[in-house]
Amino acid sequence: MNMYNLREYTGLEEIAGQLFVIRNIHNVGYNEVVEISEENGNVRIGTTLEVGEGYAIVQVLGGTSGLSLKNCRVRFKGEPLLFGASQDMLGRIFDGLGNPLDGLPKPVPEEMMNVNGMAMNPAARDYPENIIETGISTIDVMNTLVRGQKLPFFSGSGLPHDLIAAQIVRQARVEGEGFCIVFAGMGVKYDTARFFIRNFEESGALDNVVLFLSLADSPSLTRLMTPKFALTAAEFLAFRKNMQVLVILTDMSNYCEALRELSTMRGEIPARKGYPGYLYSDLAGIYERAGKIKDSKGSITQIPMLTMPNDDITHPVPDLTGYITEGQIVVDRELHARGIYPPISVLPSLSRLMKDNIGKGKTRDDHSELASQLFASYAKTRDIRAIASIIGEEELSSLDLVYLKFGENFENKFVNQSYNERRTLQQSLEIGWDVVSELPEEELVRISKDHIKQRYRKKNGDKNTSDENKSA
Amino acid sequence: MAEVAGSVIRVNGPVVQIRCNRNLKMLDMVEIGAERLIGEIVRLKENIAYIQVYEDTTSLKAGDPVYSDDLPLSLELGPGLIGNIFDGIQRPLEMIRQQEGDFISRGVHINALNREKRMHFIPLKKQGESVQPGDVIGEVPETSLIKHKILVPSYAPAGNLISIISEGDYTVEEVIAEIEGIDGTIFPLKMYQRWPVRKQRPYKQRIPVSEVLITGQRVIDTLFPVAKGGCVAVPGGFGTGKTVVQHQLAKWSDADVVVFVGCGERGNEMTDVLRNFTRLIDPRTGKLLLERTVFIANTSNMPVAAREASIYTGMTIAEYYRDMGYNVALMADSTSRWAEALRELAGRMEEIPLEEGFPSYLPARLAEFYERSGSVITLNDRTGSITIIASVSPPGGDFSEPVTSHTKRFIRCFWALDRDLAYSRHYPAISWIESYSEYVEELKSWWDKYTDGQWLEYRYTILDLLQQEQRLQQVVKLIGMDVLPNTQKLILETCSLFKNAFLQQSAFDDVDTFCSAQKQFLMFKAILIFHRVSNELVKIGVDISEIRESSVYQEIMRMKTQYPENQIDKLKQFVDSIEENLRGLEKK
Ligand SMILES: Nc1ncnc2c1ncn2[C@@H]1O[C@H](COP(=O)(O)OP(=O)(O)O)[C@@H](O)[C@H]1O
Ligand SMILES: [Mg+2]
Repeated sequence: MNMYNLREYTGLEEIAGQLFVIRNIHNVGYNEVVEISEENGNVRIGTTLEVGEGYAIVQVLGGTSGLSLKNCRVRFKGEPLLFGASQDMLGRIFDGLGNPLDGLPKPVPEEMMNVNGMAMNPAARDYPENIIETGISTIDVMNTLVRGQKLPFFSGSGLPHDLIAAQIVRQARVEGEGFCIVFAGMGVKYDTARFFIRNFEESGALDNVVLFLSLADSPSLTRLMTPKFALTAAEFLAFRKNMQVLVILTDMSNYCEALRELSTMRGEIPARKGYPGYLYSDLAGIYERAGKIKDSKGSITQIPMLTMPNDDITHPVPDLTGYITEGQIVVDRELHARGIYPPISVLPSLSRLMKDNIGKGKTRDDHSELASQLFASYAKTRDIRAIASIIGEEELSSLDLVYLKFGENFENKFVNQSYNERRTLQQSLEIGWDVVSELPEEELVRISKDHIKQRYRKKNGDKNTSDENKSA
Repeated sequence: MAEVAGSVIRVNGPVVQIRCNRNLKMLDMVEIGAERLIGEIVRLKENIAYIQVYEDTTSLKAGDPVYSDDLPLSLELGPGLIGNIFDGIQRPLEMIRQQEGDFISRGVHINALNREKRMHFIPLKKQGESVQPGDVIGEVPETSLIKHKILVPSYAPAGNLISIISEGDYTVEEVIAEIEGIDGTIFPLKMYQRWPVRKQRPYKQRIPVSEVLITGQRVIDTLFPVAKGGCVAVPGGFGTGKTVVQHQLAKWSDADVVVFVGCGERGNEMTDVLRNFTRLIDPRTGKLLLERTVFIANTSNMPVAAREASIYTGMTIAEYYRDMGYNVALMADSTSRWAEALRELAGRMEEIPLEEGFPSYLPARLAEFYERSGSVITLNDRTGSITIIASVSPPGGDFSEPVTSHTKRFIRCFWALDRDLAYSRHYPAISWIESYSEYVEELKSWWDKYTDGQWLEYRYTILDLLQQEQRLQQVVKLIGMDVLPNTQKLILETCSLFKNAFLQQSAFDDVDTFCSAQKQFLMFKAILIFHRVSNELVKIGVDISEIRESSVYQEIMRMKTQYPENQIDKLKQFVDSIEENLRGLEKK
């Protein structure tokens, strides 16, 4: 902190929403920290959103309730928002602005870091190449997660995305060196936070977790800062301490809403559905803080979670997220209603980093062909189901009926697995072959003849393989 | 260096207002504050200038000094661009990394072109010769593929070369020649010239396009080809395959020089191209792809104003290589992010928006950009071209939104990416129904060379079948497949074969990632022979399922990977055998 630059003023000109305007000030920088202290000693934090000659517009992260034009002192700290990062963050719980929530003192900082981060130089990035086996077939076979990837969950309210995320965290312990988790809760209920904490506890991971919680009852603007603190912590652990960091951000829809609120308060011209035109850039500033660097052994893998309003994937929040992240895992209401867990809808799901990280020498030589075939055949099944729902199953050709059978098996045996079931990739691939072998050989046009010869289950052949695997 | 030109009076994100202490010009470059952040003057109003700042403006404050040389923001054009990666305002990212570390800090001032490196200059003019702006006075073997022509800048006078240096190795700062203008002024030439980022480079005249840009992607080359000098838009929702199309074209298209602009997209995608291009070999030249490519990377998390500029930086570099007589392909991924940057900056300047917050000048900017594509006669009487391949990222995948719909007015080729195709992993997910190419007639004579004059006919035959198929699918949805006559069922079968065996092409398959024109045509032919013969077969009562289960059918299905480029002869034999093989079914 630069003592020389500390400047203190009293009196605000105007308070509107979570913002205030202050005049007759000097030397105040853009996007810097402001401390607002009341007579009772209560201190809130804000940042400057706009500065001009003799004035500044400040957003108050702690909310403006109780603040009056006269009763507060305003200090401009002459520096951006900083977080004192250290190894001792592990096992700790912080609020959305990096203050301890667990009653313990602040960890002694090893480094003061600007929470806004800096853009990683594209020339310094290292392409993510190690897959993370999650034990979930739909992910490992069809939407492979890679260390350093940003792969969000697109879900809906009431769907079990938290459960799936917890399962991944539990099962995806990256082999070896320093695995840790940074968890950021934005506007989520206490129960959700509690659910995750209990999970971390049960899997004995709690000592390797840093939590940042800005729960549903905290002022909305703090949500805007929470992911920044979390990612700053993640960057420290990954790139200073060479750890493999998994960051869970939930719920990004709440973050975006807070941003919309701020934008509306400022009277900005919205783009779609009231969200500001810079939502894309703003989200990119969060999601792009994932990845790997050439000179560092660490990595940041991000699993942001968001709830799609009305399950609408074209809503600006999932839409802009999908445009930035390296794929998405879509959680589906219909599958959920049918009791299938995890209800992951594979067709709209995607892992963009899967393409060059699977196959011979990486996973298995038939992996990409099998995955592609499962996608194609399941897509065809959906078309046939649509037709069947109109003309009735009786009118379908015998081949169509085989597809329906395939679809059933795909959903019940391949997609469906239990919350505690950790399938190896090999097992998942074999189940994939089991279900795809329901179809006649000629239909498997995306698989080479060699692989068919090797792995296709001839009729009356290995009928029981999937069951064996399941119990394994 | 630069003089104080004013001081900051307001900071609002990437837009800063200053009060000027002298007359400043639009588009001039300024430097702001102690860190000398780079910005550009984008609006003037009385003594107030609006600056868009190319770096993060955190901590700028009212009263901070602003400096200017009264010169426009300019690029350095000279040998050393190829194989390099620059940010949106042409700062060399690899150098920045070496100097500043893994994260991009502010106020970095590094020349685009390396000042120490010596380049081998070969003079092509002699002392005493007269020269004009645009003339080639020498060349530098920039890579083993690109002979970099050293051009007399168009702002230099015409006159006599009073000196020119002999062949040898020089740095870009050394004077290599001098022109004496008619009025006696001496104009020194270096191997590089400066050129304002946003200013179009001059040429003699536009000429009609006539040559195909071969991309090696079947659905593109055979159905919706683009001409060298043409422009194409690739719109699609997220995950439909825009970037992969761009990368495929950057890799395999037969352009001489590729300028790849990553505009507001993912950092890892730039890493991906970079690492691939340093190991992939161009099948035509046998050289590394890197040896013909310039990268501009202003990823989504880098400053938004520099994103806006990145498109112009890429375009101006493309024009520069065009002016040497090269066919240049400019990939812009994604132009929507550029348009959004415009919107964001306009919003910060409190301009009145038109549709969805976009400023009213959006269509004009798009038009200007696409107009810079084309085939031209250069100032030095060579022919060169710029092909624009622009991806568009419509919100919600809805093509009626402003950027897509305005873009459509200025392009002549449209590769519409389809979400359902992408969901079923049919890649490239280019819709055969919604896409179009207006270059087809112009390119006919070129294609005819490879196809015994039959390309257009084949193309219309298959497009017609695909249209029919779409209608039949509607019928099937209502009343089922059974009621269709066998010949119509065959149409469904042929189209399914065409989609699977021909249109679908994996970018990640070692064999199929690139498909030569010859191979494309043979494959095309195979499917049309299949259709013709099968049509006769079903008419005499052969069952379609019998055809489908035949080994010929299975072989056609897999011919794309079965016959690599070095086995075209075998493919030809196979194609020639299809008819006879199919007729074997007749006898059963
Ligand atoms: N031609 C192709 N071949 C194989 N896979 C493809 C192809 N095109 C796209 N894909 C797949 O689709 C994913 C998304 O493509 P991408 O080009 O990144 O989409 P967009 O840029 O439209 O968001 C890729 O990661 C890849 O897995
Ligand atoms: Mg893309």
